[in-house]
Amino acid sequence: MEWKGRDVISVRDFSKGDIEFVLKVAERLEGELKEKGSLNYAAGKILATLFFEPSTRTRLSFESAMHCLGGSVIGFSSAASTSVRKGESLADTVRTVEQYSDVIVIRHPMEGAARLAAEVTEIPVINAGDGSNQHPTQTLLDLYTIKRTFGRIDGLSIGLLGDLKYGRTVHSLAQALALYDVELHLISPELLRMPGHIVEELRDRVPVHETTDLEGAVPELDVLYVTRIQRERFPDEQEYLKVKGSYQVNLRLLRKAKENLKVMHPLPRVDEIHPEVDGTEHALYFRQVFSGVPVRMALLGLTLGVI
Amino acid sequence: MAELKVTAIKDGTVIDHIPAGKGLKVIEILHLNRPNGGALLLASNVRSGKLGRKDIVKVEGRFLSEEEVNKIALIAPTATVNIVRDYGVSEKFKVEVPDEITGILHCANPNCVSNHEHTVSRFHVVSREPLKVRCHYCERTMEGDEILRNL
Ligand SMILES: [Zn+2]
Repeated sequence: MEWKGRDVISVRDFSKGDIEFVLKVAERLEGELKEKGSLNYAAGKILATLFFEPSTRTRLSFESAMHCLGGSVIGFSSAASTSVRKGESLADTVRTVEQYSDVIVIRHPMEGAARLAAEVTEIPVINAGDGSNQHPTQTLLDLYTIKRTFGRIDGLSIGLLGDLKYGRTVHSLAQALALYDVELHLISPELLRMPGHIVEELRDRVPVHETTDLEGAVPELDVLYVTRIQRERFPDEQEYLKVKGSYQVNLRLLRKAKENLKVMHPLPRVDEIHPEVDGTEHALYFRQVFSGVPVRMALLGLTLGVI
Repeated sequence: MAELKVTAIKDGTVIDHIPAGKGLKVIEILHLNRPNGGALLLASNVRSGKLGRKDIVKVEGRFLSEEEVNKIALIAPTATVNIVRDYGVSEKFKVEVPDEITGILHCANPNCVSNHEHTVSRFHVVSREPLKVRCHYCERTMEGDEILRNL
């Protein structure tokens, strides 16, 4: 697979081999960065970050990755301050930005926006979240974190907890994990179960257990991936109140867990993980944040064709 | 007898075995109503041995490709297509759902970029029986009635 010029839009576009390759490059870059402090693979290259909807964490992670590679960054972080507000089409905006940059990272409230941007430009486009559809770099950094921690992904028993209905992070993570030899436990309130068509797809590949019983599932797990139940995703406040706070990961729960169970979370969290877990060996969520930089360095470097 | 109500054509395409009432939709999807010099004939609610009732569309002076005609497979899966040259059938085929459906179907997701920006809609066929398609842009799937409602 030729990486130079490739777009990173959806986890669906990646084979297991593609994913393994990105993870390997990320690991190499993490090592080089530790050794040298900064790298210059992308010297003279410009990243444009087009955040039509704000997401400070993701944007900073991409910017940091580009700086670590020795490149520079331009961009905007709110559509309100750009000509988009004057009614300019997305296609025209990215075609214009293409003239100033070598790679584009886009975050947009509409599903499919990143795919469209990639189709109208020659330079690589990386999806940093399109509505409720995909956030592939989050998935890759989640996989990277698991791999760095356990040395492997195959053979693990992984629980996905929380809002499995609306959470795009868990959808694409589950799809990517199903490329490996894993066992999946989908743990959620009845109202927030993983959509049927995704569960079907997963079942074609790996053993899947659906449950509402967190305590019952915990002893089985090597990884517990926790997501927030987001109020804004609910069409109806009453429904939200029914499931709000249905699960909390705390020390009492973790007493039932394997000694090396790792707890992950894409952050920000509200109250799904009690702060008392932070100081334990189980907490992996801050390590996850760190993983964002080497993984995004790998994607930027590969699509630019400089590593 | 019913066949006699429709004039034979010298050169062109005859789309037969369209489910009754879908003939106009076929004309719309294939843009056959654009003036092109030749005659366009629609026979609706014709008695048919196979279907009970059917529609037939004939278009003079145009040879529709298999790919073009396959677009109608979503609404007229039973249709057969005859390419006519010099009053004789020179080619005959059944329609088939293509691997990709472009331009005729709208995405049911109101927040899909294809419903807001200038794009040609595009769907990948995930399964044919039952028909299930995935939007190229937002990746949501549509099936059954939802597909028909968005044609
Ligand atoms: Zn769509």
